[in-house]
Order: sequence, then C-alpha cells, then structure tokens
Amino acid sequence: MALPQGSIDADLHPMVPGLSALAPYLPDLWRDQIALRGMEGFDTQSYPPNAPKSVREDWRPEGIWPASRVELLREQVLDPWKISRGIVTPLYGVQLVFNEDMGNAFTSALNDWTRAEWLDADPRLAGSIILPMFNTEHAVAEIERCAPDPRFVQAMVLVMGETPLGRRHNWPIFEALVRHNLPLAIHAGSTYRNPVTSLGWPSWYAEDYTANQQAFQSTLASLITEGVFVKFPTLKVVLLESGVSWLPAFLWRLCKGWKGVRFEVPWLDRNPFEVVRENVRLSIQPFDAPEDAETVQRVMDHLGSDEMLLWSSDWPHWQFDGGPRLPPGIDAALARKICVENALSTYTRLALEVTP
Amino acid sequence: MNVIRPHAAPGRPLAATQGLIDVDIHPRARSVHDYDPWLSAEMRQRLHTFGIRPRHGFVKGTPYFKSQPLACRRDAWPESGTPASDLAFMQAQMLDFHGIDIGVLNPLQPTAQGDQNNPFSVAMAHAVNEWQLAQWVDRDARLRASVVVAYEDPEASAREIRLRGGDARFCQVLLMSRTSHPLGNPKYAPIFEAAQEVGLPIGIHAFGYSGWAMTNGGWPSFYIEEVSEHATSCQSLVASLVIEGVLERFPKLRIILIECGFGWMPSVAWRLDKHWPSLKSEMPSMRRLPSEQIREQIWVSTQPIEEPPRPEQLLDCMGWIGWDKILYASDYPHWDFDDPRTAIPSYIPEAKRAAIYGGNARKVYGF
Repeated sequence: MALPQGSIDADLHPMVPGLSALAPYLPDLWRDQIALRGMEGFDTQSYPPNAPKSVREDWRPEGIWPASRVELLREQVLDPWKISRGIVTPLYGVQLVFNEDMGNAFTSALNDWTRAEWLDADPRLAGSIILPMFNTEHAVAEIERCAPDPRFVQAMVLVMGETPLGRRHNWPIFEALVRHNLPLAIHAGSTYRNPVTSLGWPSWYAEDYTANQQAFQSTLASLITEGVFVKFPTLKVVLLESGVSWLPAFLWRLCKGWKGVRFEVPWLDRNPFEVVRENVRLSIQPFDAPEDAETVQRVMDHLGSDEMLLWSSDWPHWQFDGGPRLPPGIDAALARKICVENALSTYTRLALEVTP
Repeated sequence: MNVIRPHAAPGRPLAATQGLIDVDIHPRARSVHDYDPWLSAEMRQRLHTFGIRPRHGFVKGTPYFKSQPLACRRDAWPESGTPASDLAFMQAQMLDFHGIDIGVLNPLQPTAQGDQNNPFSVAMAHAVNEWQLAQWVDRDARLRASVVVAYEDPEASAREIRLRGGDARFCQVLLMSRTSHPLGNPKYAPIFEAAQEVGLPIGIHAFGYSGWAMTNGGWPSFYIEEVSEHATSCQSLVASLVIEGVLERFPKLRIILIECGFGWMPSVAWRLDKHWPSLKSEMPSMRRLPSEQIREQIWVSTQPIEEPPRPEQLLDCMGWIGWDKILYASDYPHWDFDDPRTAIPSYIPEAKRAAIYGGNARKVYGF
C-alpha cells in the first residue's frame, strides 16, 4: 500500500553499533572506563540484537551493524516509502545503568550521538531526548540541555522502570516537559529493576516481549490515578510500540474501579476514558489485532477516537514484511489522520522546522 | 398462559433456565481456630504463634487497604462473626434468596496459600479442605468445595489433588493468580498433571502475593491500581501457560479464571498470535496458534462484569472469548458483588444468558 502524502513515522530505532560509537561524546572520566573496565556494551534483553523481533531479516545488512547508519534508514524506509518526517528513538540501554552518574553521562552521550549522526545528517529526522530516570535532577537537566534544539520533539522513558511512572518523585520531570512543550514518549522495554511480569521472571523471550502490553496498562494506570494529568493537563504522552488493542478493555476496568473507589483518588475529577483521549497517543506498530477489517473496525469503535493513533514502521523491528502497513479496514480519511495529522498535532515542534 | 418458573426465588433471574450456578462464593472461617481439628500440634502452634506469613509486610490486613472492611458488603455481616462465616446467614441472604442451584466455594483468606513457609502452607491447605467439607458442603448439598493447594510446593499440591480426586464434593483445584513464578513455569507441572489425571478443572482466582512488585514497573500506590493490576497479572499468567506449552502438554486441562476480568483476553490472544512468526523461532515445538489454545482451554467468570460505554462492545468481547466460555459469578460476600438479576445485561440474547447463568458451568464442571 502507499501511505498518504506527507506521512510521518513516529517510531524509528537507530542502533548504536557499540560503546566506541559513543566515545567521542563522553567526558574523559567515562570514556576511559570503557577500555579500563572492559565494558561490553548496553544492548538490552528487551531487544537481543540477533533475535528475529529486533531486526527484520531484510534489514540486516552484511558486514554492518543493523540500523546503525542514516543511509540504512534512508534506503530501507524514508526514500522508498516517501516518509516526510521520522522521529528517531535509540533504545541502547543507557537507561539500565545502576550507577546514576555513569548512566547520566552515557545518556547525554547518546543524545549527542543522535543529534550529530542522525539529526544533522538528514533534515527529515527529529529526535527523542533519552532520559536518565534514576535521578530526577539528572533527567530535568538533560531536558534543559537538549530542549533548545527544536529537532528534539519529545523525551523518552522505558515503560518498565523502577517505580510506577506517575509517582510524585517524577513530577519535576513532567513539569520540565510541559515548560518546553515536549511530549513524553514511553517506549516498550524494561530497565530490569523488576521482573518483567508481576509473577516473577519468565523463561522465554517471548514472554518478555509480550509483557510490554501489561507494562503499558500499569503505567497508564499510575499516571492517571496519581493525578499527573490533573496537575499537568497539557502533558501529552505517546506510547511507542505499545500495541493498541489492549487499551479499551483496560479503560473499562479502570473506569469501573474509579466509579467504585474514587474516594481514594479524589483529585481524579474526570473519567479515565476522557483523560486518555485527551492526553494519550499510541503508535500503530504493533496493533495487535487480527488482520481482518471487521475486527479492526470494532477495535477502532472501542477506542472511540480517531485522533489517538500515530503511524509508525518500528524500523528495524520486525512487525511486518514488505512495504508500509496500516491495519485493514482503515479508510483514506482515517489513514490521513493516522499518518499525518495526528502526528502534527501531537508534535507541535515539527512545525517549527522547514520540511523538505 | 401458564408461566413456569423453576426454583422460583425472589432474587433469581428468569433467564436462568439452565440452572443458576455461582462459581465464586467466599466462605470464611469464624477464626483461624476453626482449622485446629485438622492441624498437627506443631502446625497449630505455628498458626497461633507466628500466624500466616504471606509475601508482604503486614501481620494483619492487606498492603492495599480495601474500600470497605474485609472488602465485604455492608449488609453481609451476621450478628456475630464475619461475612460468609455463618451458613444459615449465607443461605438466607444468598443461596435461598437468589435461588442458587450450585455454588462453588473459593476460600481466600485466611488459608495460607502462597505462604512463605511451604510445609505450613501444605498443612493449612489440607485443613481448609476438611473444613470446607465439615462446615459447608456436608451441611448444604448445593455447595461444592475447591481443592485448596499449597501451590508453591507443587509435589505436595499434587498429593492433595490426588487425595481429593473422585470425591464429587470437590469440583476444582484452586490457585491464586499471583504465584511466585509465572504459572507456566515447569516447576508447577505436577499440579497440572494431577488435575488432568483426576479430571478436575483448575480454578484460578485473582489475588495472592507473588512476592514481586504488583506491576512490572514497581509497586503502585493505590488500591484502585491493585484492583486493575489483577488483569495484568492474569495476562502474564495466560501468556505463560501458552508460551511454556502447558495447554498443549495437558490437552484435557480446563483453566477457569475467576474474578480476573475478561475484557483483556481477546487482546492478549491477538498479541500472541501477531508475534507468533517472530517468536516461533524460540518455540519450534508449539503447534497450535495461541488464540486457539486459549479459546479451547480457558474459561472466565463474569464478576466483576465488564462495563464498556456501549452494549455492543460487551457483545463483541464475549463473542471473541466464546459464548460457551463465560460463567456467572457473584463474588459473595464482597463489596463488588454482582447480583444475578442485574449483572448480566438483558441485551445479551436470552439463550446466551441462560448458558452464562448455568449451562456453561454445568459443562465445564460436569455438574
């Protein structure tokens, strides 16, 4: 299928080819430690580089680390699919590091790598400020450092952190994001501070990947019940690689809970459904529904909004084969909203730049 | 015209033409001393000295305080004692009033399932099972017991299951949803093997303490989150049963999810199917699509009934799960009790409502 003209890809993942790639962007203290301590890199268990899910087979070039160069992104997605803008979000595991200072340094280096090797290299690209979440002051400082560059259009955290995202200690981060008009992207993946299921560690990678679906529910529940959207009503949250079909039934349950025990969260003055429709956006890969138009249309009816979905390829992750995809049964008007308009209204910073 | 109302009772829904079976009633001991007759001296002393030691910090109560005392209906308290601890009171308020034909007992607390100490948990499970017979099932033929097992000691659980196999007073094995490992972990295989062997379904009731954070991103703050996290823990449980191959390895196994919600299940099945091609390389021995395994071997109870914004959305959801897989449950005596007259919406076609009220439970439990 051909995408509507001007389509925006909200979920692209450059892969850091190794710690040496970040070395030019590190202070001496940390650059020296790479060799001194024999550090082996921050590829994470959420996306083992050789796993089929992590890189689509025809996107694994010979002799080059996959997704490691802007040329690959151009050849594999941007040019053939006529993508007008793409938002790059590296998932290199700097956000897993236990040492706060080390994590902070490598996170800043990763953001500088993104700026220099991707944003500077192709005017179609915008970026995500990767946030070091284990120290609130570090996270706020990183937002302040990167936000003046309008090509950074959002900030990103992993969906599975140490504590639920809505907890009050994170609120200075949300305050900084609102101040700079930056949406908060929450991407699939774990910091591995907790097992990836609430029932402990699973045996298989398949369970690990599946568990993101639960994490997004818990994270939304936390943001909503803690009152984040009451305190920061203009904060936009973008769920990336979250799946989509789980959202309605999750909201049925949360709304029912809210009706029954709302005295516990008296600040929550609106139905969670309304909160989500106003403040939350989701990328469309994966969609997690059968490939039949009737079911997809029922799921869209359950979502009850045509403004929440953002088109994505999830490059280089393997979500589909061949050319760009939308779920079946999406008509042209809705396709245009999903591929173009919803992203433009979510990422107002995209309009600050001249599109090619 | 003559209208025949079988088992007419003031609180019985007219659509329950295939019987009214409640798969979730929670009997409660008047005090833990009720279990004394079936405990050894050593275990009695442990119970009364150190008490039950679940995998959370508080000696009394729960880490997320309920919305009401003991999470119970305000009108379910007898003159003395706690809700659902008095058979006569339960008969009057629940079984007789609603015209329940069969009620499945799911003892939740205090039963020491998931206790930190396995031998104690094993002894308590056996005592709770004897107590269910003596105090409830042998005194009211409408009631059926669950085989409570110390699931963190699967070999001992299998022994208890085999001990109860063939005794028609027991209708299922009972697990809590929050186990210390995802339930498909091979460590739990003896439980499934024994249940399949004696022909009992496995009821899994939402609750328990796994010892791990209640979300995969840490501990939440509120009871409202704990309640909605039952759905997420059950999702991980279902994914584990499929991915670990439990449902394929035990093809006659019937899993009944009780009070776990059910709106989430289609999406979990779809997600497992969707990622099948990329994940199959890890699990080459799996033969059937995850959604088929779930469709065939997993049942759900209704309470707390899903309440989507529009009726057709509930019909969609129940259709995706399978109309033959949905079982009425009241959750008596808890605060979020579902009255059989109002909980199953009348926009559900009558024949399907009849199956939900009784027909489906008759088939899966073999009543």
